[in-house]
Amino acid sequence: MKKKFKIEVDCANCAAKMEDAVKHLDGVNDVNINFMTQKMKLDADDARFEEILDEVVKTCKKVEPDCEIYR
Amino acid sequence: MGKMILTKKQKKERNRILLALCLYFAVILAEHALLRAGLLHGIWTNHWVRMIPYLVPYFLVGGSVVKNALIGIRNLQMFDESFLMTLATIGAFAVGENAEACAVMLFYQVGEFFQDYAVNKSRGSIQELMEIAPEFANRIAEDGSIETIDPDDVQIGDLLAIRPGEKIPVDGVVEEGTSMVNTAALTGESVPRSVHKNDEILSGCVNGEGLLKIRASKEYEDSTVSRILELVEDATSKKSRTENFITRFARWYTPLVVLGALVLAIIPSIITRDPLTWIYRACTFLVISCPCALVISVPLSFFGGIGAASRAGVLVKGSNYLELLAQMDTVVSDKTGTLTKGAFTVTKTSPARGVTEQKLLETAAAAEGLSTHPIAVSIRSAAGNPAVPSGNESVENVSGRGLIAKVGEHGKHMVCVGNAQMMHERGISFQEEYDDASTIVYVAEDQQYLGAIFISDTVKDEAEEAIREMKKEGVRQVVMLTGDRKAVGEAVGSRLGVDRTYTELLPADKVEKVEELLEEERQNHKKLAFLGDGINDAPVLARADVGIAMGSLGSDAAIEAADVVIMDDNLNRIPLVIRIARRTVRIARQNIVFALAVKALILILGALGIAGMWAAVFADVGVAMICIINAMRLLNRKGFSSRGTAEVSSRTETSRIPD
Repeated sequence: MKKKFKIEVDCANCAAKMEDAVKHLDGVNDVNINFMTQKMKLDADDARFEEILDEVVKTCKKVEPDCEIYR
Repeated sequence: MGKMILTKKQKKERNRILLALCLYFAVILAEHALLRAGLLHGIWTNHWVRMIPYLVPYFLVGGSVVKNALIGIRNLQMFDESFLMTLATIGAFAVGENAEACAVMLFYQVGEFFQDYAVNKSRGSIQELMEIAPEFANRIAEDGSIETIDPDDVQIGDLLAIRPGEKIPVDGVVEEGTSMVNTAALTGESVPRSVHKNDEILSGCVNGEGLLKIRASKEYEDSTVSRILELVEDATSKKSRTENFITRFARWYTPLVVLGALVLAIIPSIITRDPLTWIYRACTFLVISCPCALVISVPLSFFGGIGAASRAGVLVKGSNYLELLAQMDTVVSDKTGTLTKGAFTVTKTSPARGVTEQKLLETAAAAEGLSTHPIAVSIRSAAGNPAVPSGNESVENVSGRGLIAKVGEHGKHMVCVGNAQMMHERGISFQEEYDDASTIVYVAEDQQYLGAIFISDTVKDEAEEAIREMKKEGVRQVVMLTGDRKAVGEAVGSRLGVDRTYTELLPADKVEKVEELLEEERQNHKKLAFLGDGINDAPVLARADVGIAMGSLGSDAAIEAADVVIMDDNLNRIPLVIRIARRTVRIARQNIVFALAVKALILILGALGIAGMWAAVFADVGVAMICIINAMRLLNRKGFSSRGTAEVSSRTETSRIPD
């Protein structure tokens, strides 16, 4: 399932690092974090989507404590 | 830049910075005054103690940075900007540079503030450009009352009222009313299009003077406007090579510079036994190691380029395609419908002696009957679209020749409409005509020759100019492919200044030809674009390095297959988008070279002790600012909004920096 989320992230490099970290999560097929449009596009397994999303948020917070993901 | 409009968060940040700045100067002045007055004795000469007042503005402005750094340490994110800045300033405090440590944090936050503001602003000005999303729809209920609903809630088949000046919320068909609609936001073309009952109407257009009632034919999600918005938004996710390079580079850059700082702090300190100097220099390194200026400059440039292109009515579906457009060497174009109008028209007639032009056309039109063949359509239209006569008993298509029809009452007249070969075969004496650029149709009634009709596809008015401009933008050759006859194709080709023309190609031959040309280009490491109308050339569009579809507004298939979509039918958009692409790539490169050069310079000067932490902060945030301003030139450039976009660009007038 693919879904789009509005995010808030303050620096371009953080967005790149967040993307890199989320990409390596289990169950994530693909992710795109766009600093310019402040959007995250997540493609993850249907069955565990919510669970994966929790994990994604946790990971992003770890990389960049200031970030915000609106779900 | 006009008045600064800040968000709540930004206002709070600004106030905090200003307060910290005041406190900082107060502390400095107080310290100096007390020093001068000789009032600092005993414990006050200890620099650790003297550090305490400085900590107030430091934590006021940089508290969040320190907090993030601590979280970063817990999460093992050592190369995080907050961590680096915190470490650098702590280092500066440690070596006794209290004022400087505090100032660096202050300056860093000031820079971040401006950077945030500038990025927000550029984001805003692009979103303004794309302000085509409708905010509401007026649904007409069965009892005739109107309710305002969200465009998302419109269902297929709903009847909607569009008042003058409102945006069309979803794609639909006009049920009632006539009006002129403005498609500028979609196509960059400001000449309004007139719509009548039963015309299709696209979302995102702005209604002119008339009241329209339309029947929704698509939901909002599938409508033109939301598809376009999605494409432009997604475009920046397809990263250019330059962008990938810089992100990869940043991954190595920061750790390496931090390592450099570590080496600088330890080895010379041991040799010279002067650790304070070298720790200070190492701190300078830490400040420079922040990669943000580099990382932001490139995507921002491409974002600006894509924004500038969409303002001109060109959708570029990824940063990578913008990059490819800039390296364009060969443009391969389809002829019919791309370089030409794609509509056959009767350009000349040559009636036989004693026959009027009207008689010639009418006879031919009657024979063609209801055929939808382009030639039949053009003849009928030249004859004034007469009613189809009854009694067209039989029409016989003679393959490769033309047709024979029995027309008139009980089919008493036999009419032959066809080429010279047909006339020869039927033993009709006729006057053979020659014209390379036209298809010639001969007409005879009951074995008597009536005359010849010249039919040709007219070349688009701007085609020649557009090809000339493309070459000016660095395109080496323009190749034309056509299924048309050799004589016709070559006549059009030489008229337009095309370099190579390949004629009499079947659709499969076109793919093969493009493959051949691609191979040629690959050997030269150059790029090839294919230009088509997007309707039946999807395979070629996909094969080319860049597939450009023309006049695709509303054609889903074309938007899907192409990499670059020219919304209207204007060929002049192509040199324009190449120009935008080249400029974008140039600006992205300038930014990279500039940022790297400044950082390298400060690294060297920092190691030698010439540049201090002040210069290092500039190398980080100052450079980022300059890169952002440089990238924004793409959007502010007036030359890029073509003739037709005066209206669209006037909306952004307030946010424009004169250049």
